[in-house]
Amino acid sequence: MLTFKGGVHPPEGKEMSEERALETLPLPDIAIIPVSQHIGAPAEPIVKIGDRVKSGQKIAKSAGKISANIHSSVTGVVKAVGAYPNPVSGKGLAVVVERTGEDDWFDYPAYDPDAIEGSIIAGIAEEMGIVGMGGATFPTHVKITPPPWKKVEYVILNGAECEPFLTCDDRIMRERPAGIVTGLRLLMKATGAARGYVGIEHNKPAAIASMEKACSGFDDIEVKRVKTKYPQGAEKQLIDSILGRKVPNGGLPLDVGVVVHNVGTAYALYDAVVNGRPLVERAVTVSGGGMKGTANFIARVGDTFENLIARAGGAKDNAAEVISGGPMMGFSQFTVKDLPVTKGTSGILVFEEGEIADQPAANCISCASCVDVCPMKLLPARLVALVKNGRYGESGDMNLMACIECGSCAFVCPAKIPIVQYVRLGKTSLRKIMAREKAAKGEAK
Amino acid sequence: MTDNRLFVSTSPHIKKNISVAKVMWVVFISLIPAFMHTVYLFGVRTLWVALAALAAALASEAAMELLFRKKVTVSDGSAALTAILIVFNMPPQIELWKVALGTAFAVIVAKQLFGGLGYNIFNPALAGRAFLVASYPASMTSGWTAPKGGLLSISDMAFGVINDPATAKFVETVTSATPLGAIKTAKAAISDPALKDTAVKAVDTLFSSGMTENAFLGRIGGCFGEITALFILLGGLALIIMKIVDWRIPAGYLGTVAALSWAFGGIHGLFTGNPLFYLFTGGLMLGAFYMATDMVTSPMTRKGKWIFAVALGLLTFTIRTWGGYPEGVSYSILLMNIFVPLIDKYAVPRVLGEVKR
Repeated sequence: MLTFKGGVHPPEGKEMSEERALETLPLPDIAIIPVSQHIGAPAEPIVKIGDRVKSGQKIAKSAGKISANIHSSVTGVVKAVGAYPNPVSGKGLAVVVERTGEDDWFDYPAYDPDAIEGSIIAGIAEEMGIVGMGGATFPTHVKITPPPWKKVEYVILNGAECEPFLTCDDRIMRERPAGIVTGLRLLMKATGAARGYVGIEHNKPAAIASMEKACSGFDDIEVKRVKTKYPQGAEKQLIDSILGRKVPNGGLPLDVGVVVHNVGTAYALYDAVVNGRPLVERAVTVSGGGMKGTANFIARVGDTFENLIARAGGAKDNAAEVISGGPMMGFSQFTVKDLPVTKGTSGILVFEEGEIADQPAANCISCASCVDVCPMKLLPARLVALVKNGRYGESGDMNLMACIECGSCAFVCPAKIPIVQYVRLGKTSLRKIMAREKAAKGEAK
Repeated sequence: MTDNRLFVSTSPHIKKNISVAKVMWVVFISLIPAFMHTVYLFGVRTLWVALAALAAALASEAAMELLFRKKVTVSDGSAALTAILIVFNMPPQIELWKVALGTAFAVIVAKQLFGGLGYNIFNPALAGRAFLVASYPASMTSGWTAPKGGLLSISDMAFGVINDPATAKFVETVTSATPLGAIKTAKAAISDPALKDTAVKAVDTLFSSGMTENAFLGRIGGCFGEITALFILLGGLALIIMKIVDWRIPAGYLGTVAALSWAFGGIHGLFTGNPLFYLFTGGLMLGAFYMATDMVTSPMTRKGKWIFAVALGLLTFTIRTWGGYPEGVSYSILLMNIFVPLIDKYAVPRVLGEVKR
């Protein structure tokens, strides 16, 4: 079976929610819409308190090369523009829209996906605020606008969904395969790729069958069954599994002629191009041992964690941790109140006491478990030792920056060392040092 | 779920059900069959030796950690593991207080003074053994007793039925009663024209399949843990299957010793040595599966593990063949422990997507 070297097998937890069909939530009365729901510069608000906005109307505009537009997810009145909780950054600027009625959609042109010019697709993705929906939220238009000297041969759709507990991608592949396939074809058109693949872990047979059926009419796209192993859905690992190509250290998938998009992103692009709908809603899995019930919702951006948890059945009394995203790479939350669902919220996981990983760290015993599982073939234990001692430069020489922070090392560590945290500290420090050195060089000139 | 009670942590938010203590205790448990066999072979005294080592290890660990105001970690199993490994390195007649002293040295000097578990450079159990060999060479290299149903004297092992008065002089020169000591003495005697025939016969007998079987099943003289190759092998294989021990180190170590012994260990020319004799005698099985694989004092990278293992094999064969001691496992490992940081620094895997330079 197609796979990569390294990786781990965390308990899957998918059985808790995989049979829950997508359920569209009622429109939220209040939508808290952060202007930063993507990697890159936060968007700049273009509405003020009291403005009336339609569903899908742009309320904050992209501010820089790597940034994304933000649209209202409901029809209503702007109530506030201020600091609100953010599932990724802790707290950040958000536009709050109070809903006044049913959806009154802002008008965008709709296109025939078979007739559309490839050259305008990136522009539509940019206008409609499409970002990567697997969790990294990289602006899609940037990814599908490669420099002219880079040739894209393959578009790979990432339906691996290797994070435990998450089933939202599984559900959309089962329930909305045609839209995903159209999205894939649009991505291929936009990038000029000749072939498209959909990589799905073998623990999702229903999704594989559904996508295979949807792909069957097209010669240039194909479903690739990949081994269930974390982090199969990391783009470099997925490319290695499916094509056997290694993305160069420090390089991008483009360097091996590939772009990788999440299946949810493909669906969002389809919705934007064919239906003229900006990215204002997404599939969200609500699950975890701390939940009384589980669900796969279609939720509007700006709806709150608190509401989604309640709608899925509520949290147990001994609920102890709330995570945005998956348990391996997601973010622990300080609060659920006023905490909005964003474009990158693939899951809301609630863990109960005893399910959380709160063991104190012990000394490293050099057992090399981390070395054995690292999918990037780094030496995590050594990186930790270097970072702990402030030897950032050396950690850089040991390819600290190549770490994808998948957490496989910290997952297997018997000493419970927060390896990923040390890596992040090292990366931040190293970036500062490099910026300082660059600045010093500039002055010298 | 009230907000002020939420637990916040960095990713990953789930961890594998494994801990340092679990690893240590599993290794400890894997040694119990071999230990039981030792008790069977050498009697109840073995238990007292083990008790002395355990008491000394746990007391030293706790005392040092209290002294340094650190968290007391006697329950993590690492001190207990050091204790049982030291027992396996003791000759059967060793005085209990010497066992305790060696164990205390292992835990206090080799482990705690270096910073405790994870920071020690040398394998603590082997450091303890080396300390005892240096301090009490006589007690550590003699005082062998025959295991139950086993052989001890070199005449038992090699000559058995020979009652030739001509061999009397040779037997007198024999000081060691372990197979490796016997083979070394016998090989050395080959150069003496008067003893040549007897010595050749001795080597041939030692290399016989019957002798190999004796060594494998523990019917020979040696330290507690040296004579029960079978159970050490079983315990080690269990650890490899559970992925607690990386197979590369025992494979590389044993493979190198076997190859060299086969090629150069014989007396009738190249490739006349008996590799199994060299694998099952002395401390090699224990060393390869339990000492060289000590996580703290062995390399982390796969490439490094191969380098470490092959170097161990070369050293052990060198010491056994040309060194002053009949056995070289413990010094080989201690010597290679020094090189572990260096090996780990240079035997680095190529990062995914890194081009060959």
